[in-house]
Amino acid sequence: MSDATTADTAKNPSRPEAVLAADGTPLKKSLNRALRRQKIRALMLIAPLLLFVLISFVAPIGDMLFRSVENQIVSETLPRTVVALKEWDEASGEPPSEQVYQALYRDMFISVERKEHTRVGQRLNYETTGISSLFRKSGRKMDDIAEPYEDLILDVDKGWKTPERWATLYDSAGTSLPAFTSAYEAFVETMTEDGKDPATTKPWEMFYSELYDDIATGDAAGYNGPLSAELAAVTNAVQGFAAPSFADAFTEIEEDWADHEVWGTIKVYAPRFTPGYFLTSIDMQLGPDGIEAQPEEKQIYITLFKRTLIMSLVITGSCILLGYPVAWLLANLPMRVSNLLMILVLLPFWTSLLVRTSAWKVLLQQQGVINDLLVWIGLISDEGRLVMINNATGTIIAMTHILLPFMILPLYSVMQTIPPTYLRAAKSLGATNWTAFWRVYFPQSVPGIGAGSILVFILSIGYYITPEIVGGTKGVFISNRIAYHISSSLNWGLAAALGSILLAVVLLLYWAYDKIVGIDNVKLG
Amino acid sequence: MKLKRTLLATSVLTVATAGIVGAESHGGMADSMTLVSWGGAYQSSQHNAYVEPYLAANPGVSAIWDESSNEAVAKLRAMNEAGNVTWDLVDVVASDAMRLCDEGLAMEIDPEADLAAAPDGTSAEDDFGDLLVNDCFIPQIVYSTTFGYRTDLVGDTPPTDICAVFDLENYPGKRSLEKRPINNMEWALLCDGVAKEEVYNVLETDEGQAQALAKLDTIKDQVVWWSAGADTPQLLADGEVIMGSTYNGRLFSLIEEQDQPVAMLWDAQVFDLDGWIIPAGLPADRLARVKDFLKFATDTQRLADQAKYISYGPARASSAPLVGKHAELGIEMAPHMPTDPANAKNTFLYNYEFWADYRDDLDAKFQTWLAK
Repeated sequence: MSDATTADTAKNPSRPEAVLAADGTPLKKSLNRALRRQKIRALMLIAPLLLFVLISFVAPIGDMLFRSVENQIVSETLPRTVVALKEWDEASGEPPSEQVYQALYRDMFISVERKEHTRVGQRLNYETTGISSLFRKSGRKMDDIAEPYEDLILDVDKGWKTPERWATLYDSAGTSLPAFTSAYEAFVETMTEDGKDPATTKPWEMFYSELYDDIATGDAAGYNGPLSAELAAVTNAVQGFAAPSFADAFTEIEEDWADHEVWGTIKVYAPRFTPGYFLTSIDMQLGPDGIEAQPEEKQIYITLFKRTLIMSLVITGSCILLGYPVAWLLANLPMRVSNLLMILVLLPFWTSLLVRTSAWKVLLQQQGVINDLLVWIGLISDEGRLVMINNATGTIIAMTHILLPFMILPLYSVMQTIPPTYLRAAKSLGATNWTAFWRVYFPQSVPGIGAGSILVFILSIGYYITPEIVGGTKGVFISNRIAYHISSSLNWGLAAALGSILLAVVLLLYWAYDKIVGIDNVKLG
Repeated sequence: MKLKRTLLATSVLTVATAGIVGAESHGGMADSMTLVSWGGAYQSSQHNAYVEPYLAANPGVSAIWDESSNEAVAKLRAMNEAGNVTWDLVDVVASDAMRLCDEGLAMEIDPEADLAAAPDGTSAEDDFGDLLVNDCFIPQIVYSTTFGYRTDLVGDTPPTDICAVFDLENYPGKRSLEKRPINNMEWALLCDGVAKEEVYNVLETDEGQAQALAKLDTIKDQVVWWSAGADTPQLLADGEVIMGSTYNGRLFSLIEEQDQPVAMLWDAQVFDLDGWIIPAGLPADRLARVKDFLKFATDTQRLADQAKYISYGPARASSAPLVGKHAELGIEMAPHMPTDPANAKNTFLYNYEFWADYRDDLDAKFQTWLAK
């Protein structure tokens, strides 16, 4: 290449750029094109995998982790209430004003029709116990709140029962009936979603109260469309009508609606994004007065995070202790024996995780094989059978066994590359066995320990099924709580926050490992 | 791009054709349905009692089982968010049905229209009675969570009272309890002198919760905590525990089918319900099929038939007199039902409303207590 260029330049000293490829294009251009083509080909080759990873791994995980701060449900289901609550001060210790209750009535009525009120109740129940049933029970009674207005208007004219009349009213309302217009728009939206025709479906009871509201506030005076006469008749009846209070109506349904704590929770969790889940994950909570510690009887997550880290370290440590000699034997024994040994290492690796965990149960339990054996030998008495399962010991034993191959295999592949002549050379230069091992052999096997440790540690920190089966109460990990919140309590936000913290901890440890040991020193083979 | 369009067109065409064919052959009903249940003996009791007869009566229809009931709530939520619900009928416990209903993931049903009346003409609503605990839930069976004990390990006076669980003096040895607050908190309060009708009022307060945990504290060292229904039977069979709570059907098979030296302690058994929900938002043809199946599967005879295979009480009042003998063992099933008068002398009904509200809060406290 360089020879060719030199030769070319020698021929045309005045125009060195005129190096041409065989097809006559400049060599540089042609080379670039070839390289680009190569890159594109390479990219196309990995494209299926890349897309697969992006679509099936990165995107869902990102979406899941994003839930740890998401909180749109409150402001989307109770938009009017959230706005009205801005004025209210939780510190007053008083329930909010009548306007807030009216806003709540409107939001609740619409969300009950859309079957969304129980969802927001569940969300808020994570923060304050009792809100779930408060929303569920109140939901059934929204029609009762509308009833006095319905009676009032239907007593004047039964014609208001028909959907057509409300449709006509909506079409010509303009801006004169704001409350009713807003309700009717929600009605149309809900019906369209359900695939029903709003012009023929039974009108919502809420229309009566909203029409009353428009008349009572005087907005309806500006109305001049068809049905003016009918509207005037209703206006007449409204004059002498004493509207019941929404606050009273709600407190009558459920006393808790007068509880400022409930309102405080709604207000605190009104924003679209919340740090609440992350705070819960570190045993704090978001109260009306800001961030505070959880009550002591609910502080669990820090304990679990610490336990997960400590036990994962212990498991990694015991894997190194047990795995190192095995890997050394594998690397140094004659091929025939080491192959057999390799099969013994791999066989459990191929066996189902559940089977191996359950086998430990049979072995370790108090009436199990090991205890029976010890009693039979006479090492322990029948009353003094050892407790080796359903606690941290059980988790450490079972998980060390399960993760051992992940330590042995990288160690083995690194040890295989260490020439045995080094040890012999060290010894011939006067080193003792220990010095030869510690100063010559061991440093060369460190990359294997590093790789094995990272594998085992990261796997064990997220382990779930084995601690669940053999961990009892003192041997369960944070991942067991994450699983509980995903599949049982359905508190996905909290699960996502716990998961994000776990991910951050792993990345942090990885970073620290890179700083201290150097990630280049890790070798998987 | 072209390939994608072709694929899309083909799949639309296939779906459309399938739809038309389905509509023509089965009066607008889909010809396959996916049923979700718990697997094991319970699922086979459902299969034998009503799925097989239904398929025999409707040739051309197929049913697929999915053993996902213990994760049904989470999976259904995920399916709903992805906009692709592949399940047609899901078997869940009542509290899960309530959560699904609350979340809008289950369809509300109309007992009069969707369920069959009893043979004597009693409406479905009256026949199920109080067991219709939720608008979305169609109960199939009443099961109970109760204790079994090793007859050879409890001494000369076998326990007859729930409080034997908390009595380490007369019944020393390990016991197994479920690793969650539900039921355990109630039993603890009952044995700490709280009257049965007061239990939930007490449990609503912080002091009451502390009282229940304090009572559990007295036996904490002697408890093996279980999380799968199969754990207690295994622990009892191995002699790891002398008594333990689990579902009564599990104990039945341990005692009658596996012949272990175990007996039932029915006292203060907690009744709970298991039944069907229909996922919200099914397309019309699948919904029609599933409603047709549901009406058949929850009628009086079918629910009574189920008791031939498993010792859970049918949820319909009218089914009780029809309960016969076990299909294989040939023993009378009635005395093994949790609802049998001899067994149901002292029972406790799971309070759904209470646990729907307090579950998260009490679970946090319970787990913290466990970790201490």
